[in-house]
Amino acid sequence: MRAFGAVLLSVPVTLFGLVLVTFLIGRVMPIDPIIAILGDHAREDVVAKLRLELGLDRSLPVQFVLYLGRLLHGDLGNSVMTSHSVVADIGQFFPATLELATVAIIIGVVVGVPLGVLAAVRQGSRTDHAIRVFCLAGHSIPVFVLGLLSLLVFYAKLGWAPGTGRIDVAFEGMVPSVTGFLTVDALLAQDWDSFWSAVGHLMQPAGVLGYFSVAYIARMTRAFMLDALGEEYVTTARAKGLSPLRVIWRHAFPNILVRLITVLALSYAGLLEGAVVTETVFSWPGLGQYLTVSLLNADMNAVLGATLVIGMSYMGLNLLADLAYRLMDPRVL
Amino acid sequence: MLTRRTLLAAGAASAIVPIEATWHTAAATPKGIFVMAKQIDDIVSFDPAQAYEFTNGEVDANCYSRLVRPDSKDNSQVAPDLAASWDVSKDGKEITFKLKKTHKFATGRVVNAHDVAFSFQRAVKLNLTPGFIVTQFGFTKDNCEQLLTAVDDSTFKMTLPKVQATSFVLFCLSATIGSIVDRETVMKHDAGGDLGNKWLTSTTAGSGSYQLTKWAASDSVILDANPHALKKPVNHRVVIRHTPEPSAQLLALEKGDADVVRDLTSELLTKAKANKAYHISKSGQGSITYLGLNCSVPQFAKIEVREAFKWAIDYDGIVNNIVPNIYEVSQSFLPVGLPGALKDNPFKRDVAKAKALLAKAGYPNGFEITMDHFNTAPYVDIAQAVQANLKDIGVTVNLLPAEKKQVYTKMRARTHQMLLSGWGTDYFDPNSNAQAFCANPDDSDGSKLKILAWRCHYFDPELTQMVEDAVVELDAKKRLAMYGKMQELARERSPFVFLMQPIATAVMGKGVSGFVMGPVFDDTKYAEVKKA
Repeated sequence: MRAFGAVLLSVPVTLFGLVLVTFLIGRVMPIDPIIAILGDHAREDVVAKLRLELGLDRSLPVQFVLYLGRLLHGDLGNSVMTSHSVVADIGQFFPATLELATVAIIIGVVVGVPLGVLAAVRQGSRTDHAIRVFCLAGHSIPVFVLGLLSLLVFYAKLGWAPGTGRIDVAFEGMVPSVTGFLTVDALLAQDWDSFWSAVGHLMQPAGVLGYFSVAYIARMTRAFMLDALGEEYVTTARAKGLSPLRVIWRHAFPNILVRLITVLALSYAGLLEGAVVTETVFSWPGLGQYLTVSLLNADMNAVLGATLVIGMSYMGLNLLADLAYRLMDPRVL
Repeated sequence: MLTRRTLLAAGAASAIVPIEATWHTAAATPKGIFVMAKQIDDIVSFDPAQAYEFTNGEVDANCYSRLVRPDSKDNSQVAPDLAASWDVSKDGKEITFKLKKTHKFATGRVVNAHDVAFSFQRAVKLNLTPGFIVTQFGFTKDNCEQLLTAVDDSTFKMTLPKVQATSFVLFCLSATIGSIVDRETVMKHDAGGDLGNKWLTSTTAGSGSYQLTKWAASDSVILDANPHALKKPVNHRVVIRHTPEPSAQLLALEKGDADVVRDLTSELLTKAKANKAYHISKSGQGSITYLGLNCSVPQFAKIEVREAFKWAIDYDGIVNNIVPNIYEVSQSFLPVGLPGALKDNPFKRDVAKAKALLAKAGYPNGFEITMDHFNTAPYVDIAQAVQANLKDIGVTVNLLPAEKKQVYTKMRARTHQMLLSGWGTDYFDPNSNAQAFCANPDDSDGSKLKILAWRCHYFDPELTQMVEDAVVELDAKKRLAMYGKMQELARERSPFVFLMQPIATAVMGKGVSGFVMGPVFDDTKYAEVKKA
């Protein structure tokens, strides 16, 4: 547990580093933050007034210390783009991303792991080749192409799926926001029409992201399983006459779990951060889109806040993975 | 035979089919709800004292009344909105407005002169980004309560600290910042003396056709009809969905999930035009795309070089090949549609003439220069076309693509050599762009006026004086003629190569009509949109 304690201690240090680097990048960019806030048309008196108000006339170290002070009080400042506090914005945007990424990772695990195992067990067969091609396509076709294709086929041509956004227009604004997860909120409100509409809207973007995850998870699972299936304990199990399913799921699979958990944790964290293209194509108001728009508009409070949340998500998932190692494998201290 | 495999497949399908069936029937937007797909991540605040972007300006125009609005039939006039009439004193310093008693806020209260006085005083006191539109008349925090007053419930008097052209003042009052807010409701939400600014960021308190019900940034805007609106809107609800991807917008229109889409690219517009069921509304916008030449660069200090650049550009080629449908050639600092704008385009590509002018300036072999430009479409392609055009006259242009605000920062620091940029008019009056492109009374770093002429070190006392004279000219016709002259002079000698004007387009889906746009976003009205 001492090692785990060290990992826990490294969290604030890493967060401090993350804040420092992001802050410095924001300040050394060749963009005047005041122009980013007020725009090109702003007159000089208004520019000067705001520069004073925001303390941007002070030295960089002083600005950083002031920012840290506010941060420790939970104040991430206000977003230029929305005029809301960054904390409120994150409260609005992050659940949308979390909902999307969670469904996508569930698809990734439920489909990707069995596919990877199947490919490894039938190494060299047509099934293996088919799975590898399927995974290669998922990993190499850009997500925005997949997204647009998906919209074209399932929404425009076949009419099997609804269009962009999180819910049908008819239900827009009907569900009171409690958790920020539209599906959950609709369930809490017992509004079944809104629930099914939200589920329908979630399926396409989650499916596209899920396919991307499936491709990665299946490839990694296949590689881990091939290693495991070549081990002596598997040969022993087979020699003892155990059924193939028992050999695979009771002997080989548990031994790849530790490595697989790392893959899943990183994959999930990647989805939380990297869903921006999918969010844009499907007009999904998530954190990736918020971060991108903020970056393009040099909205540094928003960029810092969103980066911090993503960084914390990464660290949280890593910690969870560390904990899971200990549960899965008693040899890990 | 029922196998385990078919049973599983049937089970999975049965879970999907009922949901699929409900989506399949959605071929039109719900009755009474007007749905528009648009990029709306430019919204910062809906407070009229702060709103300065396109989408929030457009929404505010549908939620608030103003004293006057630009007259859509005659762009040299304003039309009354809240004001029934107005009188101007002989010296032009006092304008007295008589108000109609017909406009009501969403609370049901009739708009009165106290609301009008409060709204203008509030804009001056807050002095946020668009504040200069009102403060440029000389109003300050200290004098606004004495100079912007309610004489009685239906009479509002504006006393100008200095003489201003009446048409100039009226056009400025027609801007978003001239929106009249509900004084009583707003002051109930005053927080720490912010005059309700924080509250009005994400709501409205006006007497227009609609009121803002919900704004989820980068997601959607929902407006519901003002129950006491002067004229009941055709649709009781407007939903504007943030749809950043133009292809997704067109798909939504085709599937009946949107009634109007706003941001189609040139290619998608061509495709949409081919569908006879769609109607396209378009209007030239109050913006201009231009090349800015920094006169601190020795070559650009020479008027012949600036002129050579104006003759070197293939204006028609750029518009027709790079941005068809969404831009038109425009070679004046006033975009077509604004009062006093010249409509002719005198410059055509003439390589021989451009080369001769360069030789006359002492650069027969051309020179090398850098050009900053935005790194987004269509600017990247336009920059490359400009680079190729100038190469033909011997000028080597090294392109410096960058994020938009990076280009602005560099220009404001006057460290660019040449740039490709755009400028949108601040209010519906020729002074807005005339001042930006021509006025530079003090070219030093300490100047109080640092707009485009200053940023390009363009110091032209004659044009500067003309701008100052026009803004106090009380004869409206004579005033417009002055802007005509200014545009001609600026074409000839300014360091700005005016290229083109954006054309806003809205594609209306099958059976949709009544969506009309104008040269400024304030002209876009939602209340008259009809669906079959």
